[in-house]
Amino acid sequence: MIPGDLNMEKTKVLKISNNLGLHARAAGKIVALANQYESKLFLKKDKDEVDGSSILSILTLSCPKGTEVKVKIVGEDSEAFMESLTELFSNKFGEEP
Amino acid sequence: MTASPDGSKDTMQGIPVSPGIIVGKAHLVDRSTVNILYQYLIDEKQVAGEVERFENAIRSTEEQIRILKSRVPEHVKEHSFILDSHLMILKDSMLRDSTIRRIEEEKINAEWALKKSFHEIRKIFAQIDDEYISNRIQDVESVSERILRNLSGETVENLAEIRERVIIVAHDLSPADTTELNISKVMGFITDVGGQTSHTAIMAQALEIPAVVGLESATARIADRDLLIVDGSTGEVIINPDDADIIRYQEKQLQHEKYKSSIARISHLPAETPDGYRITIKANIEFLEEVAAVRDHGAEGIGLYRTEFLYLRSKVLPTEEELFHDYKEVAEIMNPDPVTIRTLDLGGDKFASHIEIAHEMNPAMGLRAIRLCLKEPALFRTQLRAILRASTFGHVQLMFPMISGVQEVIEAKQILAGIKAELDSEEIVYDENIQVGVMIEIPSAVTISDLLTGHVDFFSIGTNDLIQYALAIDRVNEHVAYMYQPFHPAILRMIRQVVEEGKKAGIKVSLCGEMAGDPLCIPILLALGLDELSLNARSIPLVKTIVRAIPLEQARYDFEQVLQLNTAMEVRDYLLKRMKKMIPELGEKGFFPS
Repeated sequence: MIPGDLNMEKTKVLKISNNLGLHARAAGKIVALANQYESKLFLKKDKDEVDGSSILSILTLSCPKGTEVKVKIVGEDSEAFMESLTELFSNKFGEEP
Repeated sequence: MTASPDGSKDTMQGIPVSPGIIVGKAHLVDRSTVNILYQYLIDEKQVAGEVERFENAIRSTEEQIRILKSRVPEHVKEHSFILDSHLMILKDSMLRDSTIRRIEEEKINAEWALKKSFHEIRKIFAQIDDEYISNRIQDVESVSERILRNLSGETVENLAEIRERVIIVAHDLSPADTTELNISKVMGFITDVGGQTSHTAIMAQALEIPAVVGLESATARIADRDLLIVDGSTGEVIINPDDADIIRYQEKQLQHEKYKSSIARISHLPAETPDGYRITIKANIEFLEEVAAVRDHGAEGIGLYRTEFLYLRSKVLPTEEELFHDYKEVAEIMNPDPVTIRTLDLGGDKFASHIEIAHEMNPAMGLRAIRLCLKEPALFRTQLRAILRASTFGHVQLMFPMISGVQEVIEAKQILAGIKAELDSEEIVYDENIQVGVMIEIPSAVTISDLLTGHVDFFSIGTNDLIQYALAIDRVNEHVAYMYQPFHPAILRMIRQVVEEGKKAGIKVSLCGEMAGDPLCIPILLALGLDELSLNARSIPLVKTIVRAIPLEQARYDFEQVLQLNTAMEVRDYLLKRMKKMIPELGEKGFFPS
């Protein structure tokens, strides 16, 4: 991988739309997903950016419903990863019909 | 270790501390080893080994959590998510990587490094506004505890994993033990040590489950799973009872329950004697969760909020925010009724692992309560700030424990004034007229109560400690517990003196302590002219029943007679005889001691 290669890095803004917000269970699903991919995941809210494979770090972002999170995925399978992650967010983490 | 697993019938007599009768299986808690957290420095050569030891503990913990998860029944699989999140926390960089980094960089042992990492995470979580998320620190704590246990190689009895309803049989129960308990599975407690005011007693009363303490040899004589009858009103414990015993006790239990519900119906009525004398009845609480029971039982406020629980709940000190939210909630729920918050009374039989306290031969007389707070101003200031900030959310009063002289009151009030100024400059609102009182529980404070009146807004007589200090009785020592005598003429005279000085100075005097909930004491407390009694919520219906049955004039007459008597035994016998005559139905239903 070439550092700074734009194909390796995907960014997107995703919105938290489930009622409970990004609580432990939802954060756990993100971590579980992150563990399936080689790429590194970073989540950013305002100025804080955290490691998306750490459930505790995600919780410290404290994101209620409606929060917009800047997602950055770096690595070879970043595209596939971003696709699944987007789906997880739009599915409201499988919590609501 | 169990001595009599032969299934034969055996009876024991202990100190009854929380009434009610239960028949159930024993769950023996064998806790002979003490869990000490070792902290030591390691050298360069030991680093790799220490990291490996930590990784091994993580692996063992992971295995244990996976086994726990596999045991979760199919229909509640939904809830096993909590265990999944524990597995994630276990490998989380904030916990695992940072601990390894600490071992490598700071050259400290794994337990110490883990503790520091946890502390760090706790600090970050405390700043999160969302209470649901900040409470997840409990999961981090639970995972850290498991790792620590694996590091020390110790298998500690896990009280949280009790699955069926049992009677807990232990040598002693610490506040930490009881917070771990799955309360819904506990029918009652019995312990070898402890007295009327031990933590086990207070806990059992708060939960309204029967308890007998001071049995001396319960853990030696009872085998795990033995059938027990525990009578929390008489202190009797029957091991492996026969059918006749069980039938007899079930009948007694039924009678007790019936009467209890009949007096519960009058709990909302005022505590007023037939000749129109009114006394205020408030409740003592130890946890926020008890507030609901306080209202249900007809209390007119909280006369004593013991604040130690938040300090004992975990190994790190609570933050100002945590304390503030807790106090605020209690104040809001009780509003407009007053809530008297007693500042930290740590020390003595309550041990805090995070404050470095040297081993004391005589902890009840050692560095505790206001003494500790004046010596550790940072600790004190955090709590005072939290109390002041909470004071605008209801009617909050402040009370200092263990005052022995005027000097301590002056120093404590100076610190309080400093904090008020600090809040003013930060433009944080608080109740500027917050009432400040002191506990009268040291004999010297009784003697100089006239001097103290000039410095405080109210007195609250803490009889549990006052009796212990005045009679030189260690209340948790089962060998002298029988000498713990509320009816000792010295105690009655001390209370009288404090009430008289309070009346002269025009300040309110209340009494909190077991005496306020003891049926036999009520006529005396009425005659003494106390403004308030504060007691365990569950005793309020009984106390109100008694107050509403005894004319003040009668109580005054009895008190005059009592003052002529020479010994605690004579006082007690006199009062018992009088009470049985005045309120015979209470005697018949087993509410008076035999």
